[in-house]
Amino acid sequence: MFTKILVPVDLAHIEALQRSLSTTADLARHYGAAVCYLGVTATTPGTVARSPEEYEAKLKAFAEEQGRIHGQPATAKCVSSPDPVVDLDDHILDAIHAVDADLVVMATHLPKHLDAVVPAHGGKIAAHTDVSVFLVRPA
Amino acid sequence: MSNNNSTEATEGVGVPAPEGPANLIDTDYVIGQDNVTANKFGVDVDLHGKVFTISALVILLFVITTLALQNQVGPLFESLRVWLTSNLSWFFLAGANVFVLVSVGLIFTPLGKVRLGGQHATPDFSYAGWFAMLFAAGMGIGLMYFGVSEPLSHFGTAVGGTSMDGGVRTDWAPLGAAAGDQDAAISLGMAATIFHWGLHPWAIYAVVALSLALFSFNKGLPLTMRSVFYPILGERVWGWPGHAIDILAVFATLFGLATSLGLGAQQATAGLSHLFGVPGNEVTMVLLIIGITIVALGSVMLGVDKGVQRLSQINMALAALLLVFVILVGPTLLIATGFFEYLLSYFTHLPALSNPFGRDDANFSQGWTAFYWAWWISWSPFVGMFIARVSRGRTVREFLIAVLVIPTLISVLWMTALGGTAIDQVVNQGLDSVAAASGDLQLFEMLANLPLGLITSVIAIFLVIVFFVTSSDSGSLVIDAITAGGKVDAPKPQRMFWAIIEGAIAIALLLGGGLSALQAMAVSAGFPFTLVLLVACYSIIKGLMDEPRGA
Repeated sequence: MFTKILVPVDLAHIEALQRSLSTTADLARHYGAAVCYLGVTATTPGTVARSPEEYEAKLKAFAEEQGRIHGQPATAKCVSSPDPVVDLDDHILDAIHAVDADLVVMATHLPKHLDAVVPAHGGKIAAHTDVSVFLVRPA
Repeated sequence: MSNNNSTEATEGVGVPAPEGPANLIDTDYVIGQDNVTANKFGVDVDLHGKVFTISALVILLFVITTLALQNQVGPLFESLRVWLTSNLSWFFLAGANVFVLVSVGLIFTPLGKVRLGGQHATPDFSYAGWFAMLFAAGMGIGLMYFGVSEPLSHFGTAVGGTSMDGGVRTDWAPLGAAAGDQDAAISLGMAATIFHWGLHPWAIYAVVALSLALFSFNKGLPLTMRSVFYPILGERVWGWPGHAIDILAVFATLFGLATSLGLGAQQATAGLSHLFGVPGNEVTMVLLIIGITIVALGSVMLGVDKGVQRLSQINMALAALLLVFVILVGPTLLIATGFFEYLLSYFTHLPALSNPFGRDDANFSQGWTAFYWAWWISWSPFVGMFIARVSRGRTVREFLIAVLVIPTLISVLWMTALGGTAIDQVVNQGLDSVAAASGDLQLFEMLANLPLGLITSVIAIFLVIVFFVTSSDSGSLVIDAITAGGKVDAPKPQRMFWAIIEGAIAIALLLGGGLSALQAMAVSAGFPFTLVLLVACYSIIKGLMDEPRGA
């Protein structure tokens, strides 16, 4: 059913991603799908890495580690942006085409009032793409 | 889109594409390690605890004090400003000269080959977008206000000659004036104006921007002012000395912005009431500030790429339209020859105008030049940090030419076109309305004397407003980055918070009458920042020396 799963991840908040990561692993095993982990990083030094290259190396290591867990081919895609918070949605939408994904799995928070002002990324992605989107909420 | 550096790592050769060698500073500091992350009332925050708390408290305290004790505080700040600009004018003038020498010098040294972001880094923005943002953030609004009024003012005082009272010059003419000699007075007046809008202000911005970009993109330190002090303070920059520098930067940025927002609202209101008879009262100004803040908020939400960059480009296109219009329907030949003549006059008068010691023209060198320098310097953390953020991937030489040389030439053209047209109206056409108008209306009077005056004046007001929006939104991004310990990926509501605070402070002080006190305070912040900038010059050279240089 699915051949390529795109998983946007934020390396600074891995603990918040655990449920979406295990969902991804289960789906990848079930459908025998390849997984691409997408990281969007700032061009300026940040918490995880001090340069986009360092971020990319860490993301690659992360993807390999995840690949060992679920046993499916795992790749990493790193995009650097001068303003990652705002441009994140666009970069995810671009990546869906770039890696030819047919499913997006991403973590999202519970709906809240502030969503009217600052919409959640997951909802926005689902509204703007033609591939399937699986939003994983916290337990 | 600006998704450069996009590589599919493991599907290629498996080696992450390097951006080329750069010399990272070895520190154990993790960006954001002192940050407080929390979820309050459904809003995620990620802030540098000390910098955010203290800046917010100091700002709140300042606004309350200024409003409550206006009559006591106002004169106090005013006298502080006068004291600083009169007694320390030599310091401001000498400092600015150092900045020009360093930044011009770097263009010609091999250090100019160093690329910001590593030797193989690629630029995030096109030349057009990059340049529009540099210019809109750096000067924009001032060019609208002073484009007509400053050349006229210097011309008027210069032709009036010098006057003495008790051995002290009481006139405001630059240098030795040009009593009765009309042509010489025009030339001197234009040179003095260009001096205030030329190499010196842009060198101030260039020093801040280059130091921040270098220590952030090449050395891997957070994008805040404190990083520039690393070569001197070492690991201590992560402690209180660093906090103090960042708090000072927030303070200068926020108050500089709020003052400009207030003053700009006054100018736009004056223009609107002049053209359409809109009541020029506080209600109009408050509505304008609210409007500007809402648009800025929208722009901040859309981010650098789609918000700030697009607005800046619209801005530049409109400004270019206005400039071309004035050149075509104004005295075209006079502007064309004037451009080269005034440029030459600028360089001829430059040594005398920038001389920090033994000046006779105290009113001019202290009241105009030192005031301007203090004002540019207090704006520099904001403009510099914003310029730094959008300049990754440029070489130092490319950066300095774009930040120093090209804006100076555009300033010369702008001042020649607008100021030259106004002087032409007064001198050759005998139209006195421009000279007689108040400062914030001179631009509109000049445009009214040209064809299609109403349309161009509306465009001018619109430009004033859009320039404010671009200052306000880029300012919010800068303050947010500083108070988040250099993180540019902090949650979005934080930058919205700062955009709203700016508008709120501007309204509070406009209604409370504290704007001039605030302006005095913002200028006073220029003094400690001159010291910061001198350190930055040292750090830039030291930092560039141990960077690998491109072929």
